[in-house]
Amino acid sequence: MEEKVLQVRNLQTHFTSDSGTVKAVDGVSFEVGKGETLGIVGESGSGKSVTSLSIMRLLKDTPGKIAGGEILYEGTDLTTLSEREMRKIRGNDIAMIFQEPMTSLNPVYKIGRQLEESIILHMKASKKAARERSVQMLKAVGISRPEKIVHEFPHQLSGGMRQRVMIAMAMACNPKVLIADEPTTALDVTIQAQILELMKSLTTTTDTAILLITHDLGVVAEMCDRVVVMYGGRAVEESDVVSIFTNPKHPYTQGLLESIPKIGERVDRLQSIPGNVPIPSHMPMGCKFAPRCPHAMDICWEKEPSFDKVTTNHSVRCWLHEEVPQDESDLVGSSER
Amino acid sequence: MNQTLLEVQNVKKYFPMPSRLFSRKKEFVKAVDGVSFTVNRGETLSIVGESGCGKSTTGRMIMKLLDITEGKVIFEGQDITDMTDDQIRPLRKEFQMVFQDPYASLNPRLTIKEILEEPLIVHNFNKDNRSQRVTELLETVGLSRYHADRYPHEFSGGQRQRIGIARALAVNPKLIIADEPVSALDVSIQSQVLNLMKDLQEEYGLTYVFIAHDLSVVEHISDRVGVMYLGRLVELASRDALFGKPLHPYTKALLSAVPIPDPTVKRERIILKGDIPSPANPPSGCTFHTRCPFAQETCKLKVPEFREIESNHYVACHFAEELEEN
Repeated sequence: MEEKVLQVRNLQTHFTSDSGTVKAVDGVSFEVGKGETLGIVGESGSGKSVTSLSIMRLLKDTPGKIAGGEILYEGTDLTTLSEREMRKIRGNDIAMIFQEPMTSLNPVYKIGRQLEESIILHMKASKKAARERSVQMLKAVGISRPEKIVHEFPHQLSGGMRQRVMIAMAMACNPKVLIADEPTTALDVTIQAQILELMKSLTTTTDTAILLITHDLGVVAEMCDRVVVMYGGRAVEESDVVSIFTNPKHPYTQGLLESIPKIGERVDRLQSIPGNVPIPSHMPMGCKFAPRCPHAMDICWEKEPSFDKVTTNHSVRCWLHEEVPQDESDLVGSSER
Repeated sequence: MNQTLLEVQNVKKYFPMPSRLFSRKKEFVKAVDGVSFTVNRGETLSIVGESGCGKSTTGRMIMKLLDITEGKVIFEGQDITDMTDDQIRPLRKEFQMVFQDPYASLNPRLTIKEILEEPLIVHNFNKDNRSQRVTELLETVGLSRYHADRYPHEFSGGQRQRIGIARALAVNPKLIIADEPVSALDVSIQSQVLNLMKDLQEEYGLTYVFIAHDLSVVEHISDRVGVMYLGRLVELASRDALFGKPLHPYTKALLSAVPIPDPTVKRERIILKGDIPSPANPPSGCTFHTRCPFAQETCKLKVPEFREIESNHYVACHFAEELEEN
């Protein structure tokens, strides 16, 4: 079996405010293997970004707190580490790219200095070696005149260039895991294509595991090996990328796939999911998706379904799939034992 | 009745740049640099392009929210380009706008009823029927009467965009200019709003100018599509022609760059080099030549003419025919 670099088990991240506790992430589990790209898909409020911030332990300045579960990075539980220990992991072992490349670069420092900072800190490199490494990284992400760019400020670069710098910065210390939170959402399509291509080539050359958080199913189809679909703070479906698109099991995944217009496929009307994305403070009792689900039954309103395997590599949280065909479940059971 | 509802003739918008010290020459950002198209009654014309291509500026000029530097905008045979605010106000009810950001385009201190009544008051709508009209509008866009006394913050993004559409519809316009109406919405909500816009078009015979960057949305909603790059239209054609047989290299690259939500499809992608040049300092000749995979010497020197290559298929490229053959 291939090595799992990052394992998230039953993660619970809660936000506390005057009006009560909101379970932004409520029992999410997944694994990412070496060189694998795992997509986390969901709409606003599904908890996908909070999941990534929890892994990086970046919730310190928010009312959020990891309330339960484990985040195992090569066997170490990140939730138990001190801030000091965590700082060694951040940027070095696990790096992150954010959605908005302008706000995640420091506007008052030159590009070179920002890149070198983490290299000097984590790789114990000299200033000169760090500069060489920075230039080399900028070249690797396709920036044409890296020796000049290191002397420029973030505002002098375009959005696509800034995102390349962010990727260079994230990859500078050869992290084992790269968390990319909507890395191309703020970019134009032609630039998005460039950045996705770049990320793909990086995984193949360095064997980095990528956790790609996005709402764009097109990006998922192109980049990911496996996919977790999130809704209302929970994982509702997980499988390999082909099964998610060709044989989605959860009504939410099905609805999502049907509601996007696809190039080359003409339909008069788009299918749509009725209603709105639930507000985290007013989550439905049973299945979170029940109020919008076309197949909702009585039990869906009362009790939440568990996250179960339908085949060896496809899990879903839905009452429709609770009764697994007998032969298949036997097969799953015996192969694991 | 005339087929053409709106005619845009060679419009330009130059924004002056802050002048440099001791510099005599005034410099301009050519946000829109000579765009022409017509919009027929009852159709949806989409304008697509990446950030900074001038698509929103074009929409705002049609609405006369921005002054037009040069060129003409003709609405139902009337030249509105040089009309004063007083002259244009009665005409404004014929064309309305839906904005991108449903959070910023509704006044947070007004109730939905007040928001929807505002255009009715401005355009002297019969006073007694006003609240009835508000209810009617809310129901048209899939909300109900009890929403009328609430404030915008009580609604989700999708609902707010419905209110934005209701407000645009309030005065029975003929033309709606929708500037990225669904790009701020979640995918599951996006399709609801797109369906609503289609239904309303059928019911009221509306004409849309739909400004967007998402090509899959554009393919879904449009009859005709214009592609803009750095302030100019580079291609204008029917939806089928543009998506089926794009002629401009930029359109081809743009179409190939859209990620397809199907992991089983593998296709040839044209990856463009470099970034979009700044409109403050556009390249010479064909503005696309710096990124075009087929660029030749001529492209750097001569601005390509926007010409009709096939019936109703306009392209601004020197070599459109030759590229087509290969």
